[in-house]
Amino acid sequence: MSTPLMNSPAARTIGLYIALVVLIVAVMVYAGVPYTTRMLVEAAAYALIALGLNIQWGYGGLFNFGIMGFLMVGGASVVFVSYPLNMKFWNSVGPMLLGRAILAAIIGALIIVAARQAHRIGITGGRKLALTVIAWAIAYVLFRSQMDPAANFIEHNVDFIGGLGLPAVVGWAFGGLVAAGIAWVIGRICLGLRTDYLAIATIGISEILRALIKNMQWLDRGTLTVSPLPWPLPLPQDYQAKGVDTMSALIYARGGFLILVAAIVAVVMLLLIRAYGGPWGRMMRAIRDNYIAADSMGKDVTKRQLEIFVLGSVLMGIGGAVLVSFAQILDPNSYQPINHTFLIWVMIIVGGAGNNWGALFGAVFIYVVWLMSEPLAQFLLGGVNDMIGHFGWGAIPDIESRSLQMRVFVLGLVISLALRYAPRGLIPEVAQSTR
Amino acid sequence: MDQLVFFINQVLISGAVLGSVYALGAIGITLIFGILRFAHFAHGDMMTMGAFIAFVLAGLLAAAGLSVPFLPTGFVVLPVALVITAAIALGIDKLFYAPLRKRGAKPVTLLIASIGVTMMIQGLIRLFFGVNTRSFFETEPKRIVRINTSWIGSGRDITFTQPELLMVILTIILVLVLHLFLSRTRLGKAMRAMSDNADLAQVSGINTALVVRVTWIIAGGLACCAGTMLALDVSLTPDLAFNIILPIFAAAIVGGLGQAYGAIAGGFLLGFAETLAVFDWSVLLRPLQPWLPFKVVSGLALVPTEYKLTVSFVILVIVLLARPTGIFKGAST
Repeated sequence: MSTPLMNSPAARTIGLYIALVVLIVAVMVYAGVPYTTRMLVEAAAYALIALGLNIQWGYGGLFNFGIMGFLMVGGASVVFVSYPLNMKFWNSVGPMLLGRAILAAIIGALIIVAARQAHRIGITGGRKLALTVIAWAIAYVLFRSQMDPAANFIEHNVDFIGGLGLPAVVGWAFGGLVAAGIAWVIGRICLGLRTDYLAIATIGISEILRALIKNMQWLDRGTLTVSPLPWPLPLPQDYQAKGVDTMSALIYARGGFLILVAAIVAVVMLLLIRAYGGPWGRMMRAIRDNYIAADSMGKDVTKRQLEIFVLGSVLMGIGGAVLVSFAQILDPNSYQPINHTFLIWVMIIVGGAGNNWGALFGAVFIYVVWLMSEPLAQFLLGGVNDMIGHFGWGAIPDIESRSLQMRVFVLGLVISLALRYAPRGLIPEVAQSTR
Repeated sequence: MDQLVFFINQVLISGAVLGSVYALGAIGITLIFGILRFAHFAHGDMMTMGAFIAFVLAGLLAAAGLSVPFLPTGFVVLPVALVITAAIALGIDKLFYAPLRKRGAKPVTLLIASIGVTMMIQGLIRLFFGVNTRSFFETEPKRIVRINTSWIGSGRDITFTQPELLMVILTIILVLVLHLFLSRTRLGKAMRAMSDNADLAQVSGINTALVVRVTWIIAGGLACCAGTMLALDVSLTPDLAFNIILPIFAAAIVGGLGQAYGAIAGGFLLGFAETLAVFDWSVLLRPLQPWLPFKVVSGLALVPTEYKLTVSFVILVIVLLARPTGIFKGAST
């Protein structure tokens, strides 16, 4: 950093990206090409998610700790859209029962909306509050009375509702859409809260989403998991059927998937960089840095923040859907706040909040570190094991499962060091004021 | 009367136990928020760490062949574990939070730093102890208290375990001690002053650095108590308290962040709300069947058991919307 060359942000960015490529090549040499392509596909999906968080936190200063919830929503959506049709369900009374549950939900929503408009007929204050509470209770009972039998029937007679059998890419788009809808509701409820309250509230909501997706067996079989989900492109098995050997089949299939996801990331990056440099980006930064001033300049702060929250969540939903599609399985049990919320935060903090190149770099770099700290820990523990073996202290039991946990520690250490020594990230946001 | 006893066992006792854990955790979170103005996310893992320290000490004691009659070893070693955890909490502050505070970092940065600490503690615990479930009661029995209720005409017993009883008693004692400390001692008053207005406290000659240290000692000690008692009640796993850190935060926020008494109220409120929400009311309604206009079916819980934890979050969101500062007025950043 002392050399003049490194003071130029562009040179620094290019240097870091070159280092990243070297790191990836090193992984390729160590772990082989198929593993590396898998890692890169996942890293690209995480890059989408990180860009989503970069919009929310970097552009808008909104604290979203509910990333896991949006990823799960995206995953459940892609299951619903891309999994083959379950004719057993469609030929049963299931759709009718489910339709009645949806109708009950709509009627319940109407009752609540009506109660909230009670002030128009002269009911105000405490009475209106009481009326609203009663309306919520009636709506809840009404919905449960229709939903419980429907869910029960589906789970016991036809397993689950299956999918729509549409292409996976449609499922990704649908995942983004559903995430947007949920983000809109959450944003309407929570965006008025202060940062730390917003953090806790979003964590709470993501836990509620997790509980729902885990327990709505009629929708996604819950902990029984749904698999295999179709890919948008030929699977390795398809290549093998054509006579390609196992290794090349893996590389072709995963490589194709990687190109598809990388293309999505590239398009998103392009749009984001355009938006960031344009008037919209300036407005967002103005709101982030001083929302009172922005408000007095006539910007609708609440509406803009909602916009940014929804936009970021769309990317998270898509990213979550891509991850599930690629893994071909939706396992609600595998979602953990550490792997799916904090990991993304580390990516943004280390990469550089507010800088799209930083977010992209952080996502790929941290994902490589995340995956590689396991074999590294295994190597280190193995060394320690040999050493204490000489002293006759006995071996360390189950090194494999322990070293898997090492990556959590490494991640914590990385974020602590980053906050201490590079608080603005490795590729910090470039101040635009001196143009 | 069987039904009443069932209600006491299912709701009152488990609610009190859950409420005690939430309250002990929430006091620490709320004190740290009041003094240092950030949401300390690593608190749950400090609880787990305290429990593991107690576990190691109990193991050492058992290996030395020492045991105390009537009390679980894990409970006996609590004072020592508490001191160690408090010391580690001080060390964590010195290493990870103090440098950021000195730089004048925003509370949000400290919140993110506490997530880093969370991950480091979790990683280390799993590295050293693995991911298996452990129990404090491998070498000694877990005593169960039964109160015969035939005098009110019930065939069932009121049942709770010894750790549950100890947990509630310990919570009451700790809350009383904390109350006396905060209201009677000079240091406690200094803490409350700093919680109200840090700048004013400093210019009034209060040693704020000392107050910060005391805060970490109290928070660490309480975290150790809460974690160990929870591990004695259920079992010891590396994600023991990480799973309940959100209800604990909810308790602190519902009570008003920065308000020690609010945290206690919030903890018990959420504890009882969770057990009440999953309680199957048909048990209580069935004896009243002749007077009821509808047929009582089983499974009349407000929410299904698998959604028990979400009750806290729903309450949290409602409180945040209706009264963002908590039911007692909370401090602001």
